[in-house]
Amino acid sequence: MLNSKIPPGVLDQKWSDYKGHVKLVNPSNKRKLEIIIVGTGLAGASAAASLGELGYKVKAFCFQDSPRRAHSIAAQGGINAAKNYQNDGDSVFRLFYDTIKGGDYRARESNVHRLAEVSTNIIDQCVAQGVPFAREYGGLLSNRSFGGTQVQRTFYAAGQTGQQLLIGAYQALERQVALGNVKMYSRHEMLDVVVIDGKARGIIARNLVSGELERHFGHAVLLCTGGYGNVFYLSTNAMGSNVTAAWKAHKKGAYFGNPCFTQIHPTCIPVSGDHQSKLTLMSESLRNDGRIWVPKKQHDTRKANEIPEEERDYYLERRYPAFGNLVPRDVASRAAKERCDAGYGVGSSRQAVYLDYASAIDRYGRIECGKHGLENPSAQEVRQHGVEVVKEKYGNLFDMYEKITGENPYELPMRIYPAVHYTMGGLWVDYELMTTVPGLYALGEANFSDHGANRLGASALMQGLADGYFVIPYTIGNYLADEIRTASIETSHPAFEAAEKEVADRIHTLKNINGTQTVESFHKRLGKIMWDKCGMARNEEGLKTAIEEIRQLKAEFWRDVKVPGGIMEMNPELDKANRVADFIELGELMCLDALTRKESCGGHFREEMQTEEGEAKRDDENFCFVSAWELKGEGNWELHKEPLVFEVAHPSQRSYK
Amino acid sequence: MEHYTMNLNLQVWRQKNKQDKGHFDTYQVSNISSEMSFLEMIDVLNERLIREGSDPIAFDHDCREGICGMCSMYINGKPHGPWEGTTTCQLHMRAFRDGDTIVVEPWRAKAFPVIKDLMVDRSAFDRIIQSGGYISVNTGNAVDGNSIPVEKEKADASFAAAMCIGCGACVAACKNSSAMLFVSAKVSHLALLPQGSPERKTRVLDMMAQMDKEGFGSCTNTGACEAVCPKEISITNIARLNAEYISAGLTEDK
Repeated sequence: MLNSKIPPGVLDQKWSDYKGHVKLVNPSNKRKLEIIIVGTGLAGASAAASLGELGYKVKAFCFQDSPRRAHSIAAQGGINAAKNYQNDGDSVFRLFYDTIKGGDYRARESNVHRLAEVSTNIIDQCVAQGVPFAREYGGLLSNRSFGGTQVQRTFYAAGQTGQQLLIGAYQALERQVALGNVKMYSRHEMLDVVVIDGKARGIIARNLVSGELERHFGHAVLLCTGGYGNVFYLSTNAMGSNVTAAWKAHKKGAYFGNPCFTQIHPTCIPVSGDHQSKLTLMSESLRNDGRIWVPKKQHDTRKANEIPEEERDYYLERRYPAFGNLVPRDVASRAAKERCDAGYGVGSSRQAVYLDYASAIDRYGRIECGKHGLENPSAQEVRQHGVEVVKEKYGNLFDMYEKITGENPYELPMRIYPAVHYTMGGLWVDYELMTTVPGLYALGEANFSDHGANRLGASALMQGLADGYFVIPYTIGNYLADEIRTASIETSHPAFEAAEKEVADRIHTLKNINGTQTVESFHKRLGKIMWDKCGMARNEEGLKTAIEEIRQLKAEFWRDVKVPGGIMEMNPELDKANRVADFIELGELMCLDALTRKESCGGHFREEMQTEEGEAKRDDENFCFVSAWELKGEGNWELHKEPLVFEVAHPSQRSYK
Repeated sequence: MEHYTMNLNLQVWRQKNKQDKGHFDTYQVSNISSEMSFLEMIDVLNERLIREGSDPIAFDHDCREGICGMCSMYINGKPHGPWEGTTTCQLHMRAFRDGDTIVVEPWRAKAFPVIKDLMVDRSAFDRIIQSGGYISVNTGNAVDGNSIPVEKEKADASFAAAMCIGCGACVAACKNSSAMLFVSAKVSHLALLPQGSPERKTRVLDMMAQMDKEGFGSCTNTGACEAVCPKEISITNIARLNAEYISAGLTEDK
């Protein structure tokens, strides 16, 4: 039976009440308790720093060469917080409500409310750490808008907000390393969780430089290992982002929550060819000022600037007048796909829409000309001033676009298309962020908890830091308070020995298959199955076929994969083989979850379930629950349902019209 | 944009591990699209090497968006290759022409030992940050984010320094393998903010001491670092670092 441990009481008092009554660990006992943290992105680095500050003995692991490189660094647009600095009607309740609604009523109210509550502390903490957020001339913090909201609550540092927040957390982490509270293991990959007497007690990690397997004990283990978007091969995730840690936890008894909830981000640079290794996001902040359109005529081969204004279809503004270009991501992505599928796509692949800055350049240009006292400015003067403003706001994004495509976005509209970006699903956790394995926690994107079926822009950074700075330092005490009498377990314990042997055997098997096909080629094939049949639109037949195809692919992988190099050395192909093997298994579960959920909600769009206007049709009567999957054996899962109860934000048809 | 394909002659540094002496191997790659990124070109070569039964070229990379700082190739004598303000992962093959020879090496610096092929160990940078590259504020201690206004110009300058991705191109480009641009970016980022002020003196002294300890060389102001920095971190940060260092050194009180 799933116990979500939601505290009793009214929604906006739950977290305060919880904090007031939660068990504490006294400082002298904290020194004796060891915590393992896997992953050093926003969630992992902030947790490692905060728990180190509290006096726990922390060991942190990352597969990159430095904790500063975790993929949180690539987040561009911003971080939400209910500060209401703009006096535009924001509040903790509104942030809570927008997040629940944005998630299409598939998130847990109590968790989301807590997230909205601590959002304001995050901004304060980051400013104190020296995160250089954008500021106004008066010296105070600046905000901008993001999709799915009608207030300005997004804090940002140009197009590099994730980088600046991560560096803040990384520096706090390195400070704890210097103080001896955290021991850092870079270029290490977790390959198993060690469970003793039903509790998580450590991990098996591989030193990626030497190839050696290491055993590490911890009184608790925190997985802060991000999302699994790379199951699609092409995504905006970093090349190394993987599901392995979460998948090993799943195999050791942790349930997987809502695996099919994937976010397809509407504004990415389109695929240019078969060689493509990853996709690049263009920040959602670009939808603040850019207008999205396609030609009104099907199969129009004219260049963008040859198509007159009246022959352009600004389809988001047409379909959703209230939110226009700032509808939530799932809605914007589906609308782009709909236009392209109907034959209105642009570019050589016809799988793209335009994101146009011409009118923003004109609008800003006129304002600037006014400021400079230019009466009747020439078109050229307007343009020149407008370009300057756009450059200051979005310059780094425009430069990135130009480097990748070779086209100048100040002259031509950008071509964009949706791409896999984030996974709302993840390890099932309770209110305390603990998985179904006692002592094993999941934070940040690695858990399923806060975004329901669709995440709003600028909320991933908020959740990662909320979990690490302000949630886990409280909730972990509730578990560790009962562990103070548990002495460190020697890593010669049979459970460690067995786990290490299992890992070593698998590595040897992978290495010794010595087949004919590369790891990369399997990954590409998996990605294609997932994108075609479990991507932006899903249907019963496709999902059933996908499951069959994935099973065949799995058998073929274990029969014919070719892994070069040795085991006891730096071997990136071996690392990749381990990860792809796990992605294949995850792919099957995602399709199974998508098949079972016979409703459309958020990013999960079942073609059989749509309104006449082509909008997602939720089925609250039958599917108002979290799917938590328990692994029973190879390719065999049991579904557990956590009912979602909405006491405050009552589900309604999500409308952005 | 005109697309074309090309055949190239690659000379790549191969080194089995830290102890190995290392050598160049030559590879011919054909049919490379001008739309590929440089790393995708290496991917194509690696796939071929694996199929042929040889060891693929090991290199560091992760985000492939120019922000994580992991990629680190020294291409035709320049860190991150021919384009200005660009990381290796953002370098695209349009930068090259059919028939070109491209020489690819790892970062070369005493403080960055080679791990394998084009991968180096940059943990020295982490240890420099550990020595003082932070503001000592525990979680939960913070005051309201708007309680201390920060002059926009200073906040912007601080951000411009904080954009450093810690890739180490500055060290690789410097004839003395100095890490001054990296250290100055961090010192500037924090010194320009009121929040960083209390530890201003100890920070710069400790970070400089750690830099020397790690075996990085001295700065002779040739500007090679600034010229190759993918984030175009300005050398004026080094001037600020020197000023901070001198003033911290001249006053004993902390």
